[in-house]
Amino acid sequence: MIDIKLADEIYKLIYEASVALPDDVYDALAGMSAREDKPLARELYGCIFDNVKKAALLDRPICQDTGSLQFFLKAGSKCPLLGDAEDSIKHAVIAATRGIPLRPNAVDSFAERNTGNNVGEGAPFIEWEIIPGRDDLEVTVYMAGGGCSLVGRSKVLMPLEGYEGIVKFVFDAVVEWGVNACPPLIVGVGIGACAPTAAMLSKKAVLRPVGSKNANRRAREMEEHMKRGLNSVGIGPLGMSGKESVQCVNIEYAAHHPATLAVGVSVGCWATRRKTVVIKADGGRL
Amino acid sequence: MKIVLNTPIKDGDIETLKIGDVIYLSGTVGTARDDGHRRVVAGGILPEFDLRGGAVMHVGPIVKGDKDSGYEIIAAGPTTSRRMDLYEKEFIEKTGVKLIIGKGGMGKKTAEACKQYKALHCVYPGGCAVSAAAAVERVIGVEWEDLGMPEAFWILRVKDFGPLIVSIDTEGNNLFEQNKAIFEERKQKAVEEVCKHVGFSHE
Ligand code: SF4
Repeated sequence: MIDIKLADEIYKLIYEASVALPDDVYDALAGMSAREDKPLARELYGCIFDNVKKAALLDRPICQDTGSLQFFLKAGSKCPLLGDAEDSIKHAVIAATRGIPLRPNAVDSFAERNTGNNVGEGAPFIEWEIIPGRDDLEVTVYMAGGGCSLVGRSKVLMPLEGYEGIVKFVFDAVVEWGVNACPPLIVGVGIGACAPTAAMLSKKAVLRPVGSKNANRRAREMEEHMKRGLNSVGIGPLGMSGKESVQCVNIEYAAHHPATLAVGVSVGCWATRRKTVVIKADGGRL
Repeated sequence: MKIVLNTPIKDGDIETLKIGDVIYLSGTVGTARDDGHRRVVAGGILPEFDLRGGAVMHVGPIVKGDKDSGYEIIAAGPTTSRRMDLYEKEFIEKTGVKLIIGKGGMGKKTAEACKQYKALHCVYPGGCAVSAAAAVERVIGVEWEDLGMPEAFWILRVKDFGPLIVSIDTEGNNLFEQNKAIFEERKQKAVEEVCKHVGFSHE
């Protein structure tokens, strides 16, 4: 069933995510722009910030590709909204597509028809995590653009390929397709036992704020080395060459099988749009 | 000096432009993505609007309104041009378009077509969709609405649309192909360097 109060909050969340950059992304871009010294790259940062300003002024989505809508829910096991959440999200997506407006981006597979409202089989994508004992609902929306999603891939490596194999896999993907993904990029890397776990963890890595520190020392150092390495390639803002190309490399991991070392990569573009809200048990925002 | 091209574009207007040059466009632009290219090339159907000497942009805009109340472009940044590589040569051949606008580079076949038919591929800053929409003076018309909003053939009048960075010039020089070789070389070095620090599985 649709919970109107919850649906309204989700609509607001989608709206806020689509018209402005998250603070961490904005700050990262501002820093990179200040450090850039190539004239064309500097001009392109100027275009990015001008566009962000115009979007705020005109109350419009920052980018025309408002993405495939993906929702990551952390729900308390005692949350009374569990049963209504999916219907309410779908309702909000349809309303937001018409109201904000968003671009209709859901093409029903096999039928190959755009549904026109961003809802279709398995769309919007919704992922659940249950948090024992709590009664609230944390909702994160992520708008997965086409250009940045094209970089994504995952593969199961042999353990003997080691973390070196992971580095190579990620660099190949980012350098091959990153120029089309509207850099500076957020590079998410997932490590786990099989392809889908690594892929999902790489998406969660993109959700982690730019500048947040990995709790694992080795992972943290690997993130820093990979960031430095990717920047040294010089892809630059919008792939037009420049000093820096990635906002960060974030790694999320799970234990892997002794016989497998799976890696996934997902990237977010300069216009990474994600936002989180916590909804109380009564359907209102915290 | 700011270079502004006006449609219809003649060979002489673009022959001296080189990869890396920054230009602006005033005039009419048609929009076409995957399905539009497929319709022209595989389907053999041309839009009623004549694109000769004109510009095509790889974009799926967000559009508000309808036929009766009129259309307004809300956001219209470029999409990945590389997806259209398969069909672009024939698209240029059939439509006579002079300027292709998108994001990221295009491949060898498109570069050859740019040389043969005297056309340019240019990059508009990706994601800068509201700025792009602001350069649209009005929507002249729309065809192929059956393809859905992003894929329909929108005909737009733009003013001072840019910056457009020339990525393939009329001699077939290809900025992204040149950069690709440089990036590839640096990548090898960077991977080697990073790998020195991640030998966790061999300790
Ligand atoms: S990659 Fe991001 S900024 Fe670029 S067009 Fe896609 S959604 Fe927009």
